[in-house]
Amino acid sequence: MRFRFTESAIDAAAARRELLDHGAGGYVSFEGWVRDHNEGQEVTRLEYEAFQALALKEGNRILTEAVQRFPIKHAACVHRVGSLDLTDMAVWVGVSSAHRGEAFDACRFIIDEVKHRVPIWKKEHYRSGDSGWVNCERCAAEPRLTYGPGHDQDHVHGLGASLDRPGVHQPLKPLVLPGSE
Amino acid sequence: MSPVSAPVYGLILAGGLSSRMHRDKAALLYQGRTQLDRAFDLATGHVDRVFVSVRAGQADEPTRSDKPLIVDLPGLGTAEGPIAGIRSAMAAYPDVAWLVIACDLPFLSDAALEQLMRERDPSVLATAFRSAHDGLPEPLCAIWEPKAAAALSEYQSGGGHCPRKFLRRYPASLIVPHDRRALDNINTPEEYTEAQLELESHVGAKSMQLKIQYFALMREQAGRSDETLETSAATPADLFEELTARYGFTLSREQLKVAVNTEFSDWSRRLIPGDAVVFIPPVAGG
Repeated sequence: MRFRFTESAIDAAAARRELLDHGAGGYVSFEGWVRDHNEGQEVTRLEYEAFQALALKEGNRILTEAVQRFPIKHAACVHRVGSLDLTDMAVWVGVSSAHRGEAFDACRFIIDEVKHRVPIWKKEHYRSGDSGWVNCERCAAEPRLTYGPGHDQDHVHGLGASLDRPGVHQPLKPLVLPGSE
Repeated sequence: MSPVSAPVYGLILAGGLSSRMHRDKAALLYQGRTQLDRAFDLATGHVDRVFVSVRAGQADEPTRSDKPLIVDLPGLGTAEGPIAGIRSAMAAYPDVAWLVIACDLPFLSDAALEQLMRERDPSVLATAFRSAHDGLPEPLCAIWEPKAAAALSEYQSGGGHCPRKFLRRYPASLIVPHDRRALDNINTPEEYTEAQLELESHVGAKSMQLKIQYFALMREQAGRSDETLETSAATPADLFEELTARYGFTLSREQLKVAVNTEFSDWSRRLIPGDAVVFIPPVAGG
């Protein structure tokens, strides 16, 4: 079980092999891809940057939490950094478990937490020639903005989550996981 | 700054009458040094040469006499008016721009002067801060370009004597100070006592070296990925305030998290020498 970064294309097949287990009846993965639009802008490419020393710790904490929280066998996550083109894979999450339900739940939990907690930043380059750091540039104009339900979850970090215990962020919505524990 | 812009000299205005203070503002002491010495040394860090502007008759006065002086020329404005000092300096060195600094700004900071120099616009007559309090230009912490000389002469011929009104009427670039306290001036004995107490309270603060790493938007706004900094900031919150004054970060502290030594930290943690600090803007992985 581990969280790691790569500067080259993510090898999902190799990452998946690390999850193999005689007791696992299945495997769920999530791949995040670079798409060509965001919030009304045409996106041409992305740049990812991470504070790796802390991101590795936080990423591995999330994987540990997933294993404690859901009865799964293994969990792993690979995040790409550097410049990415459309359709490139930016992130891969994989979970193996005895039964499918908890694998789906754990996979969803991991990707949600990674997006909210791990110090990784994404710069979008637009068709217009403009560029911007996602969640940073527009919020800067209205620092006191509060986000109601239904707002893009990516903004959760701007919510003043520092009121929480450092490094421990509540998930935006309570996870409803019947029978998961 | 464009390559054709004029070099900048510093001019500390110390010819005022200090009428409300009832004593010479230039000689007021903060942390054991005169205000004039402090302003002079501050300017020295940003320009090649610094002069002190004085009225005729002040040249032998001990607070001023050890510094390069520019004495007001007769006929360049009323004796107590700062325009006389600025025009006298322009007459002495017609080809340079002047970083003009009043000597009653005890909170003036390196960060503020660095911002002024960085955002200087030599295509207009002057680059000045816009006051954080009333939005008006602050002519006495400003860069005056050589070509302002003719306009100042014209302005005075028309009966004008206020440099602030001049900057509102003539083309000037007005910038918002990142360091909002830098331009707080003091005019009365009460304000002096308050400023003294506040500055003294920082004297005891120990300075230390911290390592700062910048990422994403913070890296772009700081113009660097990391630095080692000598600071008296006691907490990450203090440090963020200090660096925002220097770099003009657009994100507020409420939007950030902070890490010390590669672990999330509280903003009020006491920093110790050698700590490595990272400000974490809103994340966007996945």
